[in-house]
Amino acid sequence: MPEKQLMKGNEALAEAAIRAGLKGYFGYPITPQSELLEYLSRHLIDRGGEFIQAESEVAAINMVYGAAGCGKRVMTSTSSPGYSLMQEAISYIACGELPCLLVNVVRGGPGLGTIQPSQGDYFQAVKGGGHGDYRLIVLAPNSVQEMADFVFKGFDLADQYRNPVLILADGALGQMMEPVTFPDYNPEDNLVDHSDWATQGKPASRGPNVITTLHLEADKMEAVNLKLQEKYRTIMANEVMIESIQTEDADLVLVAYGLTSRIAHKAVELARNDGLKVGLLRPKTLFPFPSQHLAVLADQVTSMMVVEMSAGQMVEDVRLAVNGKVPVYFQGRMGGVIPQPDELLKRIHQVYSSSSTQVNS
Amino acid sequence: MKHEIVIAGFGGQGVLSMGMTLAYAGMLENKEVSWMPSYGPEMRGGTANCTVIISDQPVSSPILNSFDIAVVLNQPSFDKFQPMVKPHGYLLYEQDQIFNADCRQDIHAIGISATKEAHALNNKRAMNMIMLGALLGTNAIVDIPSVINALKKVLPERHHHLLPLNKQALKKGQGIIHQVAEV
Repeated sequence: MPEKQLMKGNEALAEAAIRAGLKGYFGYPITPQSELLEYLSRHLIDRGGEFIQAESEVAAINMVYGAAGCGKRVMTSTSSPGYSLMQEAISYIACGELPCLLVNVVRGGPGLGTIQPSQGDYFQAVKGGGHGDYRLIVLAPNSVQEMADFVFKGFDLADQYRNPVLILADGALGQMMEPVTFPDYNPEDNLVDHSDWATQGKPASRGPNVITTLHLEADKMEAVNLKLQEKYRTIMANEVMIESIQTEDADLVLVAYGLTSRIAHKAVELARNDGLKVGLLRPKTLFPFPSQHLAVLADQVTSMMVVEMSAGQMVEDVRLAVNGKVPVYFQGRMGGVIPQPDELLKRIHQVYSSSSTQVNS
Repeated sequence: MKHEIVIAGFGGQGVLSMGMTLAYAGMLENKEVSWMPSYGPEMRGGTANCTVIISDQPVSSPILNSFDIAVVLNQPSFDKFQPMVKPHGYLLYEQDQIFNADCRQDIHAIGISATKEAHALNNKRAMNMIMLGALLGTNAIVDIPSVINALKKVLPERHHHLLPLNKQALKKGQGIIHQVAEV
């Protein structure tokens, strides 16, 4: 069995990236993500990759754009304000269908905000962020182990679909330490041949590979869009990942991702001790979103409650999925404040006792 | 069995490393562990704290608002975390740092002269290991040999000559609690 190590989430993610065959990292330091960049600055070059600290997030993401065009495994990582700076190039990368890994270790906003954890970047992560109709595959780890696991998964999905993959974490997941084991993963066994499109040097046997996101004629641009949408539908059909905790007999199901899913899990334990039938559904993928799972669950439960470190962002997607079948309550904290297990428990008791009154808050 | 612990004090007192050592020792005993630090403005010149959970079961929330044991090394931490100790839980405090130790009656509050004891060992930085020893004196969460093995991992090699001192400090802290128990 591989050895367990006690690591910070940021460090585990960085180590996993090296083990996944990372060939190029381009980034700019920002709290609470900096350990990730620091770890790679110490180790990546000795282990077969290139590390560049760019002059800004804008430069870093454009380096990713160029390097991803070579078909190699490349990535960047940042935190909220830095991620906002990257949006233009992410739209280009999505349009160019370039596989790469993006990491946003989210902190409280808006603005320069705080370095404390937040989930206020959900809309930006799953609804676009940059211009145009594009989607990222968005993975939401909730433990240090998943901070590592989702890197391997993320690179594989990026290669498979030629699509940028975003790991949406938060400051607490980046800073906390838990045991982690790294899977037996040989990048050579998992690399996809990108020579049919990547700009890796033109052999005499074929014409040039061209990566462009400029299609001035509307019908050609629509064709690009139709192809992208077809790909997104395939991703929605095949790549949803969830975790269900005690939903089988639940009257009330909490829905939470990332760090808040851990706190919600604790609240479920406390509520079960009080004799309440409460469960938890955790999306591990935010795009594709587990709308079908939620729709099915809505036929079984009396109500749902979404918990986020935001003003209420994922709750919109839950309400769309549930489509009015049951009330969907919301409990959130903002600006870097982490909801506590007892405040969730209190709200669970309120919702549980009033769920027949159909109050929607 | 599950132990939910908070360790708090000023930055520089070894609060975060005490928690990390404890978590590492738990992992070496094949337990489920988590270590959640404060990393905000509070650790940049103010109070620092970390939550450590050591359990036989997977850890749900790494963030807690009630604790089985609080180890507090300054007055603000004493005031902040005293109300969060579960009934019959433990509040271990560094008594030379706490000028007002008025405390709830439904918890075990134990003052420890860890700073003085550390001076007696000729290394004031051993204070946190004395407190950790005291913590392990109240609850045998992990064995001292596991803590020493954890220190071998946590400490850079150039500090490994301090391992015997750390072991002494751990035993000292543990001994203080055992004496209290006998009185």
